Amino acid sequence: MNIFLSARQIWGVPIVIGVGSAVGLMSALLGDGGWDVLSWFALGAPVTVVIWYVYASLSLASPKMGKRL
Amino acid sequence: MMVKTLKTWYFIHKWTSLVCTVFLVLLCITGLPLVFRDELAVLLGEAVEPPETVMGTARVNLQALVDDAQARRPNDHVQFLTLDDEHPTWFVSLAATLTSVETTGIYMYDARTGAFLHAPPANEGVTNFFFTLHTELFAGLPGTLFLGAMGGLFITSLISGIVVYGPFMRRLSFGTIRHTGSGRLTWLDLHNLLGIVTVLWALVVGVTGVINTLERPLFAYWQQTEVAGMLAPWHGKPAPTIVKPMDAVVDTAQAAAPDMVVRFVAFPGTLFATPYHYMVFMRGQTPLTSRLLKPLLIDAETAQLTDARTLPWYLTALVLSQPLHFGDYGGMPLKIVWALLDGITIIVLFSGLYLWWMKRHTSTEQLLADADLTNEVTLSAAQSAIRR
Repeated sequence: MNIFLSARQIWGVPIVIGVGSAVGLMSALLGDGGWDVLSWFALGAPVTVVIWYVYASLSLASPKMGKRL
Repeated sequence: MMVKTLKTWYFIHKWTSLVCTVFLVLLCITGLPLVFRDELAVLLGEAVEPPETVMGTARVNLQALVDDAQARRPNDHVQFLTLDDEHPTWFVSLAATLTSVETTGIYMYDARTGAFLHAPPANEGVTNFFFTLHTELFAGLPGTLFLGAMGGLFITSLISGIVVYGPFMRRLSFGTIRHTGSGRLTWLDLHNLLGIVTVLWALVVGVTGVINTLERPLFAYWQQTEVAGMLAPWHGKPAPTIVKPMDAVVDTAQAAAPDMVVRFVAFPGTLFATPYHYMVFMRGQTPLTSRLLKPLLIDAETAQLTDARTLPWYLTALVLSQPLHFGDYGGMPLKIVWALLDGITIIVLFSGLYLWWMKRHTSTEQLLADADLTNEVTLSAAQSAIRR
């Protein structure tokens, strides 16, 4: 049994977030309006992912907090 | 990955990070208020916005603005006339000598009425303090270049961080944050998660920051190569009688690039012009082209166009690096995201420092074993696994 994760399992999410960040960094430079909005979401994604996983781990660590969800 | 290769990358990650961390923390903290520099300056009374009710009129008499600024500082020299890229305002800036890099006075005028609006602090005030600390550590050009070198280490640390991320995550699914045992594992997981999701942004801000530190050397290089070539016919000629009114200079520039607008005018003898010419930097009017500058060399005596060039690639890279470093190109929501990413970077820096301090006597193999599920994988199993 292979006890290690595959490259895809390790790198899948980081690569998607990285490509998204690149798109976000470029889009606001290329245009205004919709391009700016795209950059907010694409660059906001890493922040959201961090908040999501930190919150999830905290609710796992303390069952009380998990119940409140 | 071979253990030896991994150890090398881990060594690079550890030492490049350790050397630059204290300066990176400083840059991240001073950078935070600078993201909101414009808003902060208005809030602190260090800047004003022009009144909105004024109706647009024909262009104001630019020579009158220059004369007004000169009268306010009779002993100084007018260096630049700058058109704000967001508000209809002109700025005239002066310094003790034409080539000085230390501005002594900045005066702001309404571009529709010519009315004097404000004199922002040239070298004092809260925003200038953060800016000077962030860009040159109060040590001038050497400070700037030193910070550029620290930025280079930061970039190396980010790249080596990506390389060591894989081996450290081979048994943990993405986003795992362990709360078992000591707090060290929690901080290790946070360091890995926060670091890897922000790494592309941090790389771009790092690389563009380093490019920005080279601003003065790059402009000096351009002066000594391309501009010097354009200047050959003037070699040895006496200093010119400067044309007045200088509105003629701007008219010439406008006629030479009708679909562009003035970004700034460098006066003859300054670092951005030549002793015999004004240099008018024009910019485009779409979001992307507004970042690109076109330099027009205009004869100081006749106000005739001498030469129009495209900016060399290294200066285009420089002007494109500015928005990508400052994050001021996508409205307030982008600035807020920028600040949050900056905050996450501060956590990554501190957690990295903490992890090093806690395990500074531990071998890379042991660290890797720790990174795996500790109670299942022994040191030797971890070693044989990485050798595969």
